[in-house]
Amino acid sequence: MSRRAQRSPLNPLWIGLAAPGMAWMALFFVVPFYAVAAVAFGQVDPILRTAIPEWNPQYWDFTSFSEVLDRVVGGDLRTVFLRTGAYVILAVLGCVAIGYPVAYFVSRHSGRWRATLLALMILPFWVSYLMRMLAWFNLLQPEGWVARALSVLPGDDRPWLNGQPSTVVFGLIYGYVPFFILPLYATLDRIDGRLLEAARDLGATSNQAFWRVTLPLSRQGLIAASVITALPMVGDYYTNDLLSASPRTEMVGNQIVGYLQQSSQPQIGASLVLILAVLLLIVMAGYLVSVNRAQKLVTR
Amino acid sequence: MSAAAVRSGAARTPRFLAFFTGAYILWSLVPVAIAVLFSFNSGRSRSTWQGFSLRWYYSDPFGSVWNDESLRNALRNSLVLAVLSILIATPVGVGLALGLTRWRSRPAKVANGVLLLPLVTPELVVGTALFLVITNGYSFMDLGRTAQLVGHVTFSLTYVVIVVRSRLLSIGPDLEEAARDLGATSLQAVRLIVLPLLTPAIFAAGVLVFATSIDDFVVSSLLSSGSGTETVPVKIYGSVRGGATPALNALATIMLAASMLALVGVFVIMRLMRRRQGDDNAGENSLKELAAW
Repeated sequence: MSRRAQRSPLNPLWIGLAAPGMAWMALFFVVPFYAVAAVAFGQVDPILRTAIPEWNPQYWDFTSFSEVLDRVVGGDLRTVFLRTGAYVILAVLGCVAIGYPVAYFVSRHSGRWRATLLALMILPFWVSYLMRMLAWFNLLQPEGWVARALSVLPGDDRPWLNGQPSTVVFGLIYGYVPFFILPLYATLDRIDGRLLEAARDLGATSNQAFWRVTLPLSRQGLIAASVITALPMVGDYYTNDLLSASPRTEMVGNQIVGYLQQSSQPQIGASLVLILAVLLLIVMAGYLVSVNRAQKLVTR
Repeated sequence: MSAAAVRSGAARTPRFLAFFTGAYILWSLVPVAIAVLFSFNSGRSRSTWQGFSLRWYYSDPFGSVWNDESLRNALRNSLVLAVLSILIATPVGVGLALGLTRWRSRPAKVANGVLLLPLVTPELVVGTALFLVITNGYSFMDLGRTAQLVGHVTFSLTYVVIVVRSRLLSIGPDLEEAARDLGATSLQAVRLIVLPLLTPAIFAAGVLVFATSIDDFVVSSLLSSGSGTETVPVKIYGSVRGGATPALNALATIMLAASMLALVGVFVIMRLMRRRQGDDNAGENSLKELAAW
């Protein structure tokens, strides 16, 4: 690095350029998280039932939080958390099943169609999520085109939009699979084609080359794409509200929004947000550890 | 193994995959196309086709997007929020990216880490946190448009920084250092050398902010102050199950058209600028930048 680059860290210009953004993130991202804790560990007005946040950690009161925690560990909320986990895992598996072949094909075999396919893959990003759910709602209504096509199948006519877990998982897959494909595509695209040629030259069939070279090399991308899609799914409540709207398929997000907006019990909502954030933090930490380990393996 | 066997093996796999990929693309786009089609339905149903008309866009005296005050208002709110988000998030984010890549210090490292958090935090958590701090702490703010704007900008900043920073890294420090060696101050070097080179990325960042804001549902919904501050996604959420007319599809279609127009316009500008700067693969690189890699 040159003499100038070493001198530049002290330049007030860089600090001045970064300062507004840093102030913004502090004021509207960091402090709000503290406010969640302040509300969760604060008091509730006995008459109005509104939250009285406690900003001083010395006076934090954990009774309400531990009540919520008890309900999550062993009470009525346990089902909701387990259900959320099950839906998210199923939806991520669905994303893998659909997204991997697509990303693999576009990165390896698309030839002159590559740019077109890439553009078509990015296109769903530019369609509002709610519009895509609206589209499926219309198709799955009793007189909708897909619902009528499905009613040809044997079995009873299902009310697809009233508390069907399969519809919710389907909606999650449909909604999030574009976000899964792109990071995976970026990883697959970076795999050196010469490694595959080497595998073939050494006698591997194309199947073997895939299972023993491509798949292991794309493992990190697969994990990253799964994490990137799973995290927003955990906080998703609108897919459920739009395609099911039934307590039978309720997820954690529905509970949080319910406590915050409909029944205005912000303290319970804030406690749930904290519990959710800690759970996600554990998942993220596990992910970062695995990334770290993989990087060490590469550099060793 | 013979060369022919290798070749046929290589040709067999893609045929199924090609079919699968085609099916995926149809599956991902056709439902949306059908939703667009039904915005032109002449009847009141969003699922049964009754003939073509522009009734739900314009001619219906009460229910069309043009004549229904609540739909028009949602459209206006969405567009105003998106434009304001661009105006705030793009300059602040560009400054952040420029500053943080050069200012190597502990606060800068912390800021870099914090900036990544919105990517891995569910929107619900961020929205809830903002909702709680505005209703319980920040007495200088109210729920409504300002709060929604704050939420949109907070989310978009990360995208701006990612796009601009990756472009900064690919530009490298050489040109800027050359300018400094020739006597430019650091401010002049940024203004005359770095910013012009960054322009395609700034456009990409701006259009990403637009898309993030237009598409956002959770923050807009949690921080709205009632029906007056409903955005298009919030309106769709509230009306889908309530037997709304195809005007809802028309509303969604108008927003889609706005996004597509912004995307295509910016893509064309970016490709042109990249070509002028001597990029041989301008099209694909612009696409990648627009997908925030």
